[in-house]
Amino acid sequence: MTLSGFFQHFVNALQWGSFLSLIAIGYTMVYGVLMLFNFAHGDIFMAGSYIGLFICGALLAISAGGLVPMPPWLVLVLTLVLAMIGTSIVGILVERVAYRPLRNAPRASAAVTGLMIGLLMETANLWGLGAERRNFPILIETVVYKVGGISITNTKIMIVGVSLVLMYILHLLVHRTRVGLAMRAMAYDFPVVPLMGVSIDFIAAATFALGSSMAAIAGIFFCTAYPVLEPYMGALIGWKAFIAAILGGRGSVIGAMFGGYLLGFIEIFVAAIFPSTLRDLIAYSIVLILLTFRPHGFFGEPYSAQLRL
Amino acid sequence: MFRKLLVPFSMLALLVTLVGCPPKPPPVPYGGVIKIGHVAPLTGDIPKVGEDGKYGVEMALDEIDWKLKVGPHEYKIEILLEDNESKAESAVAACTKLVVEDKVLALIGSYASKQTIPMGEVADREKTPMISPWSTNPLSTKGRPYVFRACFIDDFQGYVGAKYVKDYFKVKKVAVLYDVASDYPKGLAEFFKKSCEELGLEVVAFETFTTKDRDFSAQLTKIIESGAEILYTPQYYDEVPLIVRQAKELGWDKPIFGSDSWAGGDLASLCGEDCVGYRFTTHYAMVGATGRTKEFIDAFNEKYGYVPSDVGALAYDAAQILLEAIKNTGGLTGDLDKDREAIKDQLAKIKKWEGTTGTMDFTPEGDPIKCAVIVEYNPDFEFEFVDWACP
Repeated sequence: MTLSGFFQHFVNALQWGSFLSLIAIGYTMVYGVLMLFNFAHGDIFMAGSYIGLFICGALLAISAGGLVPMPPWLVLVLTLVLAMIGTSIVGILVERVAYRPLRNAPRASAAVTGLMIGLLMETANLWGLGAERRNFPILIETVVYKVGGISITNTKIMIVGVSLVLMYILHLLVHRTRVGLAMRAMAYDFPVVPLMGVSIDFIAAATFALGSSMAAIAGIFFCTAYPVLEPYMGALIGWKAFIAAILGGRGSVIGAMFGGYLLGFIEIFVAAIFPSTLRDLIAYSIVLILLTFRPHGFFGEPYSAQLRL
Repeated sequence: MFRKLLVPFSMLALLVTLVGCPPKPPPVPYGGVIKIGHVAPLTGDIPKVGEDGKYGVEMALDEIDWKLKVGPHEYKIEILLEDNESKAESAVAACTKLVVEDKVLALIGSYASKQTIPMGEVADREKTPMISPWSTNPLSTKGRPYVFRACFIDDFQGYVGAKYVKDYFKVKKVAVLYDVASDYPKGLAEFFKKSCEELGLEVVAFETFTTKDRDFSAQLTKIIESGAEILYTPQYYDEVPLIVRQAKELGWDKPIFGSDSWAGGDLASLCGEDCVGYRFTTHYAMVGATGRTKEFIDAFNEKYGYVPSDVGALAYDAAQILLEAIKNTGGLTGDLDKDREAIKDQLAKIKKWEGTTGTMDFTPEGDPIKCAVIVEYNPDFEFEFVDWACP
């Protein structure tokens, strides 16, 4: 591997890691507050992508129709904001319909329900929109910058930059606001917090909304980088992000970020060094070894993990 | 008096019989009708395939007015069309009925390999020649002397692709990127690599991913670093746009070359500008067709009101090849088993036969050796015929 090759892989890994991090946050936050893994989260990511696609299509149509002319960057910003709101509603609905009735049921029931909801969303999409692949419109014309033998695009810079900023804002939200305080308190001691007058239903909904809006951002950025949408697009990356959340430490936002980027780097560099056929075998063996030495992930609390699973 | 006249009269009677009613010739075998079975998916998942196939076969017969001279006799051709409902078991049932009850001389069908493989089993066991227009899976004909096809098998494209890379692109260093978890790309990529090495090209990068992967940046970065001059990627239409886009973003500015899986689905709307100028190997092209292919497309369009897909063209070719083989038997005996065998033998001997999908030579294995069509994705987002790639 040449030096420029190394940096090229580094840039690639940053982008791939951003997606994993954004999705992993949704897993980890829900786990932190409600002690369950929302296995439908990969499909909430998928829903976010499709919501983004339709909002973007509608905005472009409005813009092209001359009703309200908008520059492409504004379309992108509006798409992001509206898709965050739309996907939050999907997340809140999933919590209300699937998880709230099961709040005191065994955790296995919630896990099975999550998987079912995921399948339901995939097949509903398949039924409603068909198996055909959809193309995400290109809002920002890709510009390739060549810096010392490394190719960087404007979309890559945007994806990595905006993801990092958003994750930082989320971190502040969790650590500087009252809702965030309630979330952290719940993660720390679930049975006591409702006794202090905190509405568990509200906090659960807020958690799902935050996690889902991160998934919406991930979905739209994912479609900007890989502009082909299909109903099962959330399955594989959902699983990978789940692993990233475990690697980072259940219940920790910083951990999910770190886990996402770490997994991204492992995947890209394993493929870069070894034959790509062995990528997942070697990459996930490394993850297993890491988890053997850090069973609670890098930022997880041994105490909460023991208590809750 | 009466007796005297008896002899001349009887002589006369005999003469009249001899002259007026010449001796009856032996009857024309099969009552002058050649029955051919045709099994197609008229209903089920892929009804469009069945329809194209039906029209393709009908067109081939319309051209000869449904009559064929075999040896001394002229026969009427009758096509018995059966629906396989896009199901393997229905294809087997239809084939059995045609072979055993209707006693057809030969079969055309089926289309998808899923139905052709089990149907071929029956046809071969019953020693009835069969030609599939559209089944590309190697198993359809493998070890079955009575089963033939009009299209080339998947792997074959790997070989003609490699040859085209050498002859047309004139490069030395080749990179391959393919899905290791999917049969079709894997078979093609491995055949392509082997053929490249035989032809003296160097495969400098042989990179893989697995189905559903969306990020190929690590593999593509390696490919770019390897100094490859062309990228071969026998992938499907939903992965090609991602590969092409990511390659360009990573600074790849050399050709990308593919296989017929590029044409399935809707590459045009998924890839847009990014894919313009790239080429791939396939069976048939609608835009820019010349010669026999163009004649066929025009005639089909005039008759049925739309431009036929590769299925229509291959079904047309399959029917004509079968008729040619029947004609080449030099005459039918009326013994069903013997005639079926004779047709099989003639099918295996067809050489330099010019079809709408290329010139073909048949082998006793049942797979034609034919040229592949090279198609370029043109600035109007169409797949345009540009060249033939011959083995």
